[in-house]
Amino acid sequence: MQEKKPLSDISYNQFLNEEKLMGAKCKKCGAIFIPPRAICRKCHSRELEWVPMKGEGTLVAFTCIAIGPPFMIAEGYNRENPYCTGVIEMKEGPRICARIEGVNPGKPDSIKIGTPLTVKFLHRGEGEKSKTYLAFEPQ
Amino acid sequence: MKEKRKIGRGVCVVGAGMSRFGMFPDKDSKDLFIEAYNEMISSVDKGVNPDDIDALYLGNFSNDYFVHQAHWAPIIADAIGHTPKPATRTECACASSALAFKEGVFAIASGFYDVVLVGGMEEMSKCSTEEVTAGLASAAFPSELVAGLTFPGIFGVIASAYFSQYGCTKEDLFNITIKSHSNAVLNHKAQIPFTIRDIMNQKIERAMKKGTPVPHWKDEKEFLRDPKANPMVAYPMSLYDCCPISDGASCMLLVSEQMARQFTDNPLHVVGIGQGSGAGLQGSGPLTSLEATKQAASEAYKMSGFKPADIQFCEVHDCFSIAELIDMEDMGFFKPGEGYKAVDEGLTRRDGSMPINTSGGLKCKGHPVGATGIAQIYEVWEQLRGEAGERQIPNNDLRIGAVQNLGGTGGTSSVTILERR
Ligand SMILES: [Zn+2]
Repeated sequence: MQEKKPLSDISYNQFLNEEKLMGAKCKKCGAIFIPPRAICRKCHSRELEWVPMKGEGTLVAFTCIAIGPPFMIAEGYNRENPYCTGVIEMKEGPRICARIEGVNPGKPDSIKIGTPLTVKFLHRGEGEKSKTYLAFEPQ
Repeated sequence: MKEKRKIGRGVCVVGAGMSRFGMFPDKDSKDLFIEAYNEMISSVDKGVNPDDIDALYLGNFSNDYFVHQAHWAPIIADAIGHTPKPATRTECACASSALAFKEGVFAIASGFYDVVLVGGMEEMSKCSTEEVTAGLASAAFPSELVAGLTFPGIFGVIASAYFSQYGCTKEDLFNITIKSHSNAVLNHKAQIPFTIRDIMNQKIERAMKKGTPVPHWKDEKEFLRDPKANPMVAYPMSLYDCCPISDGASCMLLVSEQMARQFTDNPLHVVGIGQGSGAGLQGSGPLTSLEATKQAASEAYKMSGFKPADIQFCEVHDCFSIAELIDMEDMGFFKPGEGYKAVDEGLTRRDGSMPINTSGGLKCKGHPVGATGIAQIYEVWEQLRGEAGERQIPNNDLRIGAVQNLGGTGGTSSVTILERR
């Protein structure tokens, strides 16, 4: 079914809430983007459409953060309890930044670039303040 | 596409000033700017009448957030008695004042103004570390922030990619940190004018005075390896890989080339200007290079007619140790993946073949965000005029210096090339 939502960050986040990882595909040159875009970065075409992502990719870069932003501190992360976040190259091609679960952020040397990953949705907060964060974990 | 980039008429730097950088609870942005301005006025060899200054361009990233006051161009204009003449603020995150410099150059090149004051300032230390971290983070891309990334985190990510691709390690980054500190010790305006060895001795002395266990490190690298002395901030970026939180200001006087000799017999010619933008970590290029810097460098090289090999020394944007490597490679001084080897071989030291960050860099000189770009150009001003004192690069024919100034996660980059003729 053709998805009618506007190609925007707001729609992208609404899909995340429904545990759907959606990208945008350029109808002209075939490039795929995530988060979605209304204008193709490669060919400037304005004809893009929603495309569901398989949710599989590879870890291409990462960090383990000891001093996070307020919303991560609120989740209990700190110097003693760092968290991992990184860049994932999706099977479909584009890269995305996301949190990495199921690894040991206290031992960053144990985390390997090239690890195959699968998408995971992290639901945080209640009611109107609820938000879904994108994460990945080793397959 | 046109191949050559030229400006309408030549522009020269004829005066420069920089406040001390540091954390100053009893100085505000106006005080800091006036400190830089006073030095600039007295640096003009044949003098300048402030009435002759046609316009002010002022770089400031986010005093709105740090001290809850916006619209700084008229505030500074008033402080120096410049009103009612035009005053404009430029904002491109950490590249804000390099772009004030660029706007000043373009304004003179267009023929509209003859004498322009350009500057920048930031007042950060009145916020807590957490507040500053959150304020700086607002210069990253939303898709990076939602993943929990901070600035040290983003450069940690870049470092992990660089390490994995080129076999560089944290030990190699230590050489950058040690070099920055040994340059800063010769810079009396630097925020951290100490070598790593000085800092080790300070910690030992403090422990002896307090009667706590006295630490022992074999050498600087063992100190940097010690997680107690050098805690992890965002793997693999530790405390000594990161620049400090700073207050400071910088400014320069730009005039048309025709008029330059009225102000000094030793002007510096602005021969290259370049700027680029980038899409951050989710762009499509390699993670070990910043497309904005490559674009900025390419524009500046085209305008100047110089090649990377013609640049004799450079101030690059080392907000984090890894950034110094990426910047040097994107400027074309070293091949991709070769930058860290050049550092290991000492090529980027003050007495090396390609001195990098002789000021001590952002890492040790300090990084009051909006002041940084022109403060970097200030180092080139001092070096090219032979006024860098103990920090002077040992080269009797120093003529061409460059500056690379980065904003955000590579969202903006700026390159400036100056020549002494
Ligand atoms: Zn396209």
